Amino acid sequence: MAALRPLLATERLSRSFGGLKAVDNVDFCLAEGETRALIGPNGAGKTTLVSLICGRMPASTGRVLLEGRDISRLPAHKRVRQGIAYTFQITSIFANLSVLDNVALAAQRQFLDERSSSRGRVEQISLDALAQVGLAPYALQRAGSLSYGHQRLVEVAMGLALRPRLLILDEPTQGLSDGEIETFIALIRAVGEFTTVLLIEHNMDVVMALAERITVMDQGRVLAEGTRDEIRANPAVQRAYLGSVR
Amino acid sequence: MTPGTKALWVHLCLVVLLFALNFLLPEYHRGILSRVMVLSVFAMGYNLAFGYAGMLSLGHAMFFAAGLYGAGLTAYHLGWSVWPAFGAGFAAGTILAVIAGILALRTKGVAFMIVTLMFAQTFYLATLYFTTYTRGEEGLVLPQSARALSLFGISFSLTDPTVRYMLALVLLALVLFALLLLVRSSFGRALVAIRENEERMRMLGYDVFANKLSALIVSAAVCASAGAAYALLFGYAGSGFASIQYSILPLLWVLLGGAATTLGPIFGTLFMFYAVDITSSYTDAYMVVVGLALILLILYFPKGIAGAIRERWLPWLP
Ligand SMILES: Nc1ncnc2c1ncn2[C@@H]1O[C@H](COP(=O)(O)OP(=O)(O)OP(=O)(O)O)[C@@H](O)[C@H]1O
Ligand SMILES: [Mg+2]
Repeated sequence: MAALRPLLATERLSRSFGGLKAVDNVDFCLAEGETRALIGPNGAGKTTLVSLICGRMPASTGRVLLEGRDISRLPAHKRVRQGIAYTFQITSIFANLSVLDNVALAAQRQFLDERSSSRGRVEQISLDALAQVGLAPYALQRAGSLSYGHQRLVEVAMGLALRPRLLILDEPTQGLSDGEIETFIALIRAVGEFTTVLLIEHNMDVVMALAERITVMDQGRVLAEGTRDEIRANPAVQRAYLGSVR
Repeated sequence: MTPGTKALWVHLCLVVLLFALNFLLPEYHRGILSRVMVLSVFAMGYNLAFGYAGMLSLGHAMFFAAGLYGAGLTAYHLGWSVWPAFGAGFAAGTILAVIAGILALRTKGVAFMIVTLMFAQTFYLATLYFTTYTRGEEGLVLPQSARALSLFGISFSLTDPTVRYMLALVLLALVLFALLLLVRSSFGRALVAIRENEERMRMLGYDVFANKLSALIVSAAVCASAGAAYALLFGYAGSGFASIQYSILPLLWVLLGGAATTLGPIFGTLFMFYAVDITSSYTDAYMVVVGLALILLILYFPKGIAGAIRERWLPWLP
């Protein structure tokens, strides 16, 4: 694992809200190709950390590096174009558009610069992404009319249609049924073959099924980082997190 | 027929109908319709910014008036002929939009409304301040000589009602089809999505600011064309057109006709123009009647005329 070059790194990254240090001096490193889980109790700062990484909010201090290049000053849309995709914790899709059009918005952006006639390709990428998450039969339905679980999957499909190098998923399985979670695990396994995945997740079964390594956050800091077994055995983690769940 | 071709036919039919009306309508109504067509173009421009891209501007009078004065002042004082004067109006509105847009688009919501309103008020006050050139409220009346148009080697007088009507129709048709293309392009769809959820679009890699700024500039360019055409076709440029009233009117026209519909602005402008025209011939308190009519319409057709048609009968209407 250590032999792989880091795709993403943060250096002393911090973000405060008033007096609250939501993210506090985080040094975080992600290797190309790995699937990493980011866990921690509610309010630990997970969403804030990935928001700083993808540029949704500015950092108070610190840097974000993508393949060694400083991207701290890039606005969010440019980071997305460099391959960082973020799927929202709170489902954020276009309820009035069809499922296909939602995903097409993600797919079409890549071709706007090329000025190539690309409707066919956009549609193909969108349909592929929908097939991957199992929503192909719903392509022409209004996105707002889908069940909550399916709306979560639209969110994931939009992330996939961006064809990112780093896919950040913020609690994607929240609200999914057990059957849907099984499908989701299989999906992320397949995606993880050729994409780096950073997965924020509360469901420990999902974490254990997917993540090679796990990072634990608590009160804005990285509390521990390691393999599944190392994290399971870590007493500090048990106190701060696992203990509070069980 | 695909929805796209159906929509194209509907738009074509409307233009043909308007063409035919030139030969069917009595003189008085033909005059009104010429004016309505030019003002519809103003409304269509506003609709792109407000209806499609979701920018509730209260300053679009500035863009219309920039076109009006850009054409009016150069024609009146510098003796520019119709085409260059029109170009001056077009350029004035477009340049103002770049400046106003870069500043105003740093804000959104209520702040955006106030900033655009302030821009337009500044412009309005400037037209009064430079009364020596603009003649303020009284306005400039363009001389006959400034209203001779040469086209394909033939000379037309813009004082001729038929010429006026046809030119207004040509402008309307050009803008209508250009906007129809635009709102169905990927740019147009991105604008609607930005209106619905800006944050999501940013996280899909869209440059929200650049998209909105482009939309505002195109919107202003259309409004300025309407203003320039108005000055040249009707031979008048007065500061009343820069006042707040002319920022509110396009908003009303668009709401009435249907925001984010291509045809709505035409319906809305026509409806409102005739509502004022008819009621004012019966009573001095016509604004009360018009106001009531507006309230009722918005209550029963909250999506406007074309919006209601789309919702109830023709879901493919763009
Ligand atoms: N925009 C904001 N303004 C003020 N405080 C915020 C803001 N966003 C987050 N916080 C605070 O920062 C802390 C970290 O929040 P964050 O959403 O990053 O936690 P999280 O680990 O994602 O939690 P959860 O598991 O509940 O999603 C919390 O105390 C939260 O209240
Ligand atoms: Mg969170």
